[in-house]
Amino acid sequence: MLADARTLCPQIAVSPSDPAGDLDFLEQLALWAQRWGPWSALDTPDGILVDVTAVAHLFGGETKLLADMQTGFTERDLAVRLAIAPTAGAAWALSHFGPERAILNPDDDAEARLSELPIAALRLDDDVLTTLRRLGLKRLAELATVGRDALHRRFRNRKSPAANPLVRMDQLLGRVPEPLLPVVPQQVPLVQRRLVEPIRHRDLLDRVLADLAEDMARELEGQAHGARRLELGLWRVDGEVAVRALELSAATRDPAHICRLFAAKLDDVDAGFGIEMVRLRASWAEPLALAQGDIEARAEVHGTSLSAFIDRLSVRLGNKAISRPVPFPSHIPERAQRWQPPLDPETASQEELRFHARPLKLLDRAERIAVLYATPDGYPQRFRWRGQVHEVVRVEGPERIAPEWWREKSTVRLRDYYRIEDGEGRRYWIYRHGLVSDGRGGLPDWFLQGLCA
Amino acid sequence: MSDSFCVLAGQSMLSARDLVASSAARAAQWRPGLKAASNSEVFAAGNDASGGSAALALALDELRQLDQGPLAEAEDRRAVLWVQDRASVRLTGRPYRPGLPQAIRHRVIHVMAEKVEDALFALEEGLRCRDLACVIGELAGNPRALDFTASRRLSLAAEKHGVPLWLVRIDAARDLSSARMRWQVKPAVSHAPQWNAQAPGQPRWHAELFRARSHPPGNWILSDDGQTLTADRTVSASGKRATAPHPVGMAFAAGGRSLAG
Repeated sequence: MLADARTLCPQIAVSPSDPAGDLDFLEQLALWAQRWGPWSALDTPDGILVDVTAVAHLFGGETKLLADMQTGFTERDLAVRLAIAPTAGAAWALSHFGPERAILNPDDDAEARLSELPIAALRLDDDVLTTLRRLGLKRLAELATVGRDALHRRFRNRKSPAANPLVRMDQLLGRVPEPLLPVVPQQVPLVQRRLVEPIRHRDLLDRVLADLAEDMARELEGQAHGARRLELGLWRVDGEVAVRALELSAATRDPAHICRLFAAKLDDVDAGFGIEMVRLRASWAEPLALAQGDIEARAEVHGTSLSAFIDRLSVRLGNKAISRPVPFPSHIPERAQRWQPPLDPETASQEELRFHARPLKLLDRAERIAVLYATPDGYPQRFRWRGQVHEVVRVEGPERIAPEWWREKSTVRLRDYYRIEDGEGRRYWIYRHGLVSDGRGGLPDWFLQGLCA
Repeated sequence: MSDSFCVLAGQSMLSARDLVASSAARAAQWRPGLKAASNSEVFAAGNDASGGSAALALALDELRQLDQGPLAEAEDRRAVLWVQDRASVRLTGRPYRPGLPQAIRHRVIHVMAEKVEDALFALEEGLRCRDLACVIGELAGNPRALDFTASRRLSLAAEKHGVPLWLVRIDAARDLSSARMRWQVKPAVSHAPQWNAQAPGQPRWHAELFRARSHPPGNWILSDDGQTLTADRTVSASGKRATAPHPVGMAFAAGGRSLAG
C-alpha cells in the first residue's frame, strides 16, 4: 500500500499512526477547552463536547463564544468545526454535517432545522448506515416517513444507541437522556526530597522516608484522599533508579503505617555510592474522609484494624498467602470453592444446597487408597491409607457426581462419593473414580479426598 | 454424680469443710460455655481432622456465649483467622467452605505460611487485630521456632487484646508451652443418626484436658450438633477410682482421673 502510494507520489510524507498519543492529546485538549465551560467530555477519536449552559453571556453571546473558540483553536494550528445545540447529539450532527458555526437555539424547531442532514449525522455504526442506505433512507427527514413502529420492529434487537437509529434520533431531539463522561483532571500526589549529601546508610534513609510519609500524609489530607498504591523511587548517584511499590488493602494516609510497610521492602536496596533523591508517589488514591487524630492513638491500644493486619501479612508472606474461600458454581467438590483476596467483595451466588454433608477439610490432591476388602454393595470394608489400615463401620452413600461434560473431555470418569467412619470414629470422604463397566479405563481406583469433622 | 455421692456416703467422717472444698473443686471443673483461656492448645493426630474440628467447636462454643450477653452485637461479622503451615496443609488439607459451620462459613480468612516463623508471625499479628473473632492455628510437629518464648509471646498478645487463640498441634509431642489450657483430642465413635442408622453421625471427640491453669484436668466426650457443644464426663483410661479421696480437693488428688462416672 505504502509502496504503491510512493510510486504515485514520491514526495509523500509518512508518519506512523499513534492512537494512544492522539487520545492523550485529545484529553489535554478537553481539559484546555474547559475555559469555555464548567466541564467537558471526550468524543473519541476526534471530538470534544463542552457544556456551555449559562456560559455564553460571559463571552457576549453564543456567536461571539464560537468566534472566540475558533480563534483559540486557530492559534494552536488546529482545524475545528464548531456548533452549539441544546443536546449533545444535535451539536454533534451540526458540527459534522451542518453549516459552519451553526447555533441551534432551544426555541428553534430542531426537527425542521436538522431534517436535511444526512443519516450519518446520527452517530450510527457503519453496518446500520449501510442498512438504512439500502432501505433508501438518506436524510433525517426520511426517517419520519417510514413510521416509528416499522423502524422499531426492524431494529428491535439493537439495544446499543449506536446501532439503533430510533434511540439516536430521540437523543438528538432530547427525548431520552444521554449520559456523558466528563474529563476530570487529577493530580497524582507526589513528594520528594533532594539530598545535599548522598545517603548510604539505612537509618538515614528511614528518616527521609518518615519525612516523606509525613509530607504525603499532609498532601493526601488536603485532597481528602488516602493512598491505595505507593511508589518509592530512589535515585542513586550513578544514575540507577530503584523503585519499590506498595499496595494497600484499604485507603490510608497514616505515616507510621506507610513507613512500617516500606521498611520491610527496603532491606535489599543497594545504595551504591549513595542515594541523592527520594520520591514518593501515590499513583492510586481513593477518597478517604478526614478523621479526628486522637482516635488513632486509641487504636494503637485497642489493636490494629483488619486492613492494617492484612497489609502487614501480605508484605511479609506475599499476596497469595492470605485469602478467603468463596463458593463457585460447580458440582465437582474441588472446584466448588475458590480463593480470593480477603477484602474483595464476595460475588453473588446461589445459596449452597444443604442436601449433602461435606467434609470440614479437603486435601489439596485426593490421595489414593488401597482397598483390601470390598463389600458386595460396592464400598470398601477395609482399606489402607498412609500405611494404616482402616475398618469401615458406618457408611453413607453413594453420592454420584458426574463430570462436567460441557467442560471436560468425554473420557473423564464419574465419581461415587461415600462418607465413612472407621472403627475408631475417624470420619473420611472417599470416592470411587469411575465404574467397572463405563468403558473409560480399567478397574476404578479409590481416593480419599476429604477429612470430616 | 451418683458415684461421687457413693464416695461421700462411705466417708461418714467427712467434715463440712471437706464438703465445701469438694464442691469448690467441682465448680472449678471445665464445662462447655465457660469463657475459655486466651491461649489454648489442641493436640491431635495428623490422619484425621479431629484437631481442627474440635478446636473449631470449642472456639464456636465460646463465641456463642459472647453472642448471648446483653451488649452483644446482633450479628457477629468479625472474621475468623485460620493459619496453617505447609506441613499441616499436606497432612490434613485446607478448610473447605461447604463443610464449615454455617455461622463462620462466610468469614474465614485463611493464611498459608511456607515457614513456621511466618505462621507464628501471622498468628501474633492476628491476635493484635481487633477485627478478628478468634484465631485458629495449625502447626505440624514440634518445630524449633515454636519454643516457650514464642508460645509466651502468643499468650501475652492474646491476653492483651482479648482475641482467643486455638493452636492445633498435629502429630506433636507435649513440649513446654505457656498455653493456658492444653487438650489432647482424638475422634470418638458417633451416635447413629435418627433416620439412617448406617450413616456417620454428629461428630464426637474424646477430649482430655491434661493441663489447665484454672481447671482441674479431666476427660470428656465432646459432641457438637451445630447449635450447642455438650460434654459427657468419662472415666480416664487408667480406670479405677482413687480408693481414699484426698481430704482437700478430691479432684486434684485424683490427678487426671475423673471422680464422677
